[in-house]
Amino acid sequence: MNLTLKIWRQKDSNAKGQMVDYKVTDISEHMSFLEMMDVLNEQLVNAGEEPVAFDHDCREGICGMCSMYINGEAHGPDRGITTCQLHMRMFNDGDTITIEPFRAAAFPVIKDLVVDRMAFERIQQAGGYISVNTSGNTQDANSLPISKHAADEAMDAATCIGCGACVATCKNSSAMLFVGAKVSQYALLPQGQVEAADRVKNMVAQMDLEGFGNCTNTGACEVECPKGISLENIARMNRELMKANIS
Amino acid sequence: MALDSKVPKGPIKDKWTDYKNHIDLVNPANKRHIDIIVVGTGLAGGSAAATLAELGYNVKAFAYQDSPRRAHSIAAQGGINAAKNYQGDGDSTYRLFYDTVKGGDYRSREANVHRLAEVSGNIIDQCVAQGVPFARDYGGLLDNRSFGGVLVSRTFYAKGQTGQQLLLGAYSAMNRQIARGKIEMFNRHEMLDVVKVDGKARGIIARNLITGEIERHSAHAVVIATGGYGNVYFLSTNAMGSNATAAWKIHKKGAYFANPCYTQIHPTCIPRSGDYQSKLTLMSESLRNDGRIWVPAKIEDAQAIQQGKLKPTDLAEEDRDYYLERRYPAFGNLVPRDVASRAAKERCDAGYGVNATGEAVYLDFAAAIQRYGKEQAKIQNIDNPSEGKIYELGQAIVEAKYGNLFQMYEKIVDENPYKTPMMIYPATHYTMGGVWVDYNLMTTVEGLYCIGEANFSDHGANRLGASALMQGLADGYFVLPYTIGDYLSDDIRTGKIPTDTKEFDEAEKEVKGRIDFFINNNGTKSVDHFHKRLGKVMWDKVGMARNEKGLKEAMAEIKAIREEFWKEVKVPGSADEMNTELEKAGRVADFLELGELFAKDALVREESCGGHFREESVELDGPQKGEAKRNDKDFAFVSAWEYKGEPADAVLHKEELEFNDIELKQRSYK
Amino acid sequence: MGGFFKSSIGRKVAMALSAFFLMFFLIIHLAVNITSLFSEGVFNELSHFMGTNPLVQFALQPVLIFGVVFHFVMGFVLELKNKKANGVKYAKNNGAANSTWMSRNMIYSGLAILAFIVLHFIDFWFPEINTKYIQGDMSGMHDGSFRYFHELQHKFLSPARVGAYVVAFILLALHLLHGFTSAFQSMGVTAGRKKALQTFGKIYSIVIPLGFIIIALYHHLNH
Repeated sequence: MNLTLKIWRQKDSNAKGQMVDYKVTDISEHMSFLEMMDVLNEQLVNAGEEPVAFDHDCREGICGMCSMYINGEAHGPDRGITTCQLHMRMFNDGDTITIEPFRAAAFPVIKDLVVDRMAFERIQQAGGYISVNTSGNTQDANSLPISKHAADEAMDAATCIGCGACVATCKNSSAMLFVGAKVSQYALLPQGQVEAADRVKNMVAQMDLEGFGNCTNTGACEVECPKGISLENIARMNRELMKANIS
Repeated sequence: MALDSKVPKGPIKDKWTDYKNHIDLVNPANKRHIDIIVVGTGLAGGSAAATLAELGYNVKAFAYQDSPRRAHSIAAQGGINAAKNYQGDGDSTYRLFYDTVKGGDYRSREANVHRLAEVSGNIIDQCVAQGVPFARDYGGLLDNRSFGGVLVSRTFYAKGQTGQQLLLGAYSAMNRQIARGKIEMFNRHEMLDVVKVDGKARGIIARNLITGEIERHSAHAVVIATGGYGNVYFLSTNAMGSNATAAWKIHKKGAYFANPCYTQIHPTCIPRSGDYQSKLTLMSESLRNDGRIWVPAKIEDAQAIQQGKLKPTDLAEEDRDYYLERRYPAFGNLVPRDVASRAAKERCDAGYGVNATGEAVYLDFAAAIQRYGKEQAKIQNIDNPSEGKIYELGQAIVEAKYGNLFQMYEKIVDENPYKTPMMIYPATHYTMGGVWVDYNLMTTVEGLYCIGEANFSDHGANRLGASALMQGLADGYFVLPYTIGDYLSDDIRTGKIPTDTKEFDEAEKEVKGRIDFFINNNGTKSVDHFHKRLGKVMWDKVGMARNEKGLKEAMAEIKAIREEFWKEVKVPGSADEMNTELEKAGRVADFLELGELFAKDALVREESCGGHFREESVELDGPQKGEAKRNDKDFAFVSAWEYKGEPADAVLHKEELEFNDIELKQRSYK
Repeated sequence: MGGFFKSSIGRKVAMALSAFFLMFFLIIHLAVNITSLFSEGVFNELSHFMGTNPLVQFALQPVLIFGVVFHFVMGFVLELKNKKANGVKYAKNNGAANSTWMSRNMIYSGLAILAFIVLHFIDFWFPEINTKYIQGDMSGMHDGSFRYFHELQHKFLSPARVGAYVVAFILLALHLLHGFTSAFQSMGVTAGRKKALQTFGKIYSIVIPLGFIIIALYHHLNH
């Protein structure tokens, strides 16, 4: 199929960017979206132009590196996938596809479609851990039974890949699904209880400091999340923060 | 230089304990004055960085991605082995040690493997304490599954995302230390060379991938944890950015490179669909528990299928060749990875492949659906169930077991694997070879360590499933922190290593010279063009089956591609900005050298062992006729290569392998 | 606790608490007004009680006004903060693909309700305050009988006013359709009860505004 691509080009974080039109031809419907981008970039390199910079790595939907806002949706029109798992069969011959970086004041553009997600790193550093040394002197793994239900729910929260689609999708650029998932993982496990109050306070404070917006419960993040992280995690974070402030 | 593995004396089960009791330690006050660089932040690098920082060292960690959490360890699906014996099925440290050595086709170092088995249990304790949500049973205790090549259930898992959860555990430990200021994290940085001062590794040259700035970083020791070199094949299950540059650069600076030819080709990957393909996707090995692998028995049927004129479901049972069940009646579809991969290649090479490229075989769940359906009908007391009902019941069971994999397959291939057989084909997955290290995980350069998949270490010629995660974390959490302390105890009075010295000047000049070359070269072909050509040579001639003629050709062809690369490669953009083509160019340049050494190593090793199969070395008669033949008399050694300029000129050093605690046997799956 | 209400989540909780209060008030308001459909007498009695009881007038009324003002002011503050968090606008954004119109446009339905409240104050509240506290007539009587029911009928003579009320109530319904469950989510109490809450929320969000619409239309048609 033949396609017209409207792509955001921006030389670096200080430059002013704009949408630029490109044409690609003979795209196979079996290609992944990023392979289509590879074709475009090969075309640009051969023409002596700079290829479009975009983040990607594992190309199997788990590293969370790839981003892109495709035709108005984070990771494109399909559900439960990252951009690297989006296939060209979702599009038709002759389509025009708009490709933009993930947008949020807290995610500044580095170049073209590459954004800076360091805000997520700083939130994790504010409390996204259990303070236990890796000395090998911890108690036996089976000394503390954990109900299967809690373990499974913690696992569901822990599958977050930190891609930032929730922020990109949210009309308020809120990071609460991301933060809620991490807070929930530890809140659901006994190991996380000791530091629970400090963790949620510190992580929320850092989230606010980074300039993310406030959740208005539209639920868009849950729909666009490639890993199906539930809104329930945001509710749990709200509870945890209230609890932390009352006690 | 003679190779000294530095394996401690004494009985194998006491070596590690004795070693720990007798090493020199660094007191906490002095640790504050010692810097360590860790390059790579996957399971090995991440766990090492966190632990070293906890101990009190100043750690500088480097990752080419925007976060340590994105390292490719995250993609590991199945699980992590540990000799906990929670299932009470007879597991023990010795058994894990034995299985790993045997699974590695007796080409690993006994003492290292035993240590790995000893610390394996601790890894699970540690990860649980960190909040890793492992799967549990209804009693609240940890659940285990079994994996290929072993007789016990010792694999711990977190759904199909074990690697992700373990990496996030290590990442969280890192975050705690980053917050404390004990780890300085350099995201989006790539190491481009190591700096040696008086023969010791004392720093690195790194490029800031956002600004293009070339930076000098010094330390008292350098740890390389940058993963494997599977992307030398261009197509592999590795991440797009996975590269061998750090490992190769230290090789050029004096670290020997061991067993490059030991590469694991995983049998169950989604086949290539066209030339545009950028990477291959692995499907968990667990699928082989229920799927039957086949190709058409008649060549004309195969051709009709390749041309799209015939559907697999049209073929009668007698027209199908279940070749694994035919060749290996004892293990059938569950033969080890290397055997299954080679058998698929053999059928496809003979023309029986089942997709347009001719490189695919079927993995069929129809029989499993029938079997489970009938079983369920009995359980639910349904008399004379209809065909439709049996199918429905069976599909539900298959979906419960493999639903997420089937869904992933359908997203990629756009075919419903419940209705038509899946197509699979082998793909490069893991490299057992890597930088040579001694018992202390130190390379042949003093103060330079190598851990995780990047070293040659513990898996011999073949790695068992769920052992990669174990080794990465063992190295990082529990081994390196001891061994590196022993080395650094001599450095307490050294003081900060200055970066304004001639050693740093020279290294930086070399790095900048190479970058300038790429930017200014007036070439006509893209980096990927050369990478794809290299990959094709590697796959065709240094892939699943190798022979002398092919390997010699491969060496010559890779050399020719390399020479053309340096003339014709084209890199747009400039050096002082984010430039993804420039990054790729540097990595492919290194692959073009490594590939040739790889072929040379395969040429020298005139035996078949594990992932390395020489067509000349097969059993000629008896029940094992046609199967791989190992040669313990002449090849029970580690090949460690010393850099001498051209890869073809590399000098071989042998570390003889001694097996005192395990008897060498032939692997048989008939 | 002070720090809590400065945090993003604290403000969400504050929004939710004021919303709960306002939603409770809507029930009371509707309960009083609905009597006007059945009994002029009961409506007049209730209105007079509400209008003259000191507890209602000097304790509950200020709290209510504070609640309304707080909900609006906080809504605007958060909206501005959220706009600031957006950065560059998307050239193409397909919000309909993942969220409801109501959830994305709370600020607009909210503004419409604010406009309605201004109108509603001009219609009822200011004249009431004027009569009671400026002119000092606390009797609630006009021409020998209670004035409340007649005033109500009189206001709904104008088709334009009735039309404006109906539109405003439809927007109130839209606001509630998202706001009801959203308030519970903000309070962190959706656990395990989501389905029932959503159903109840839908019923509430439609029944309350519909009740007001019926009252307005009834008095417009039957005077």
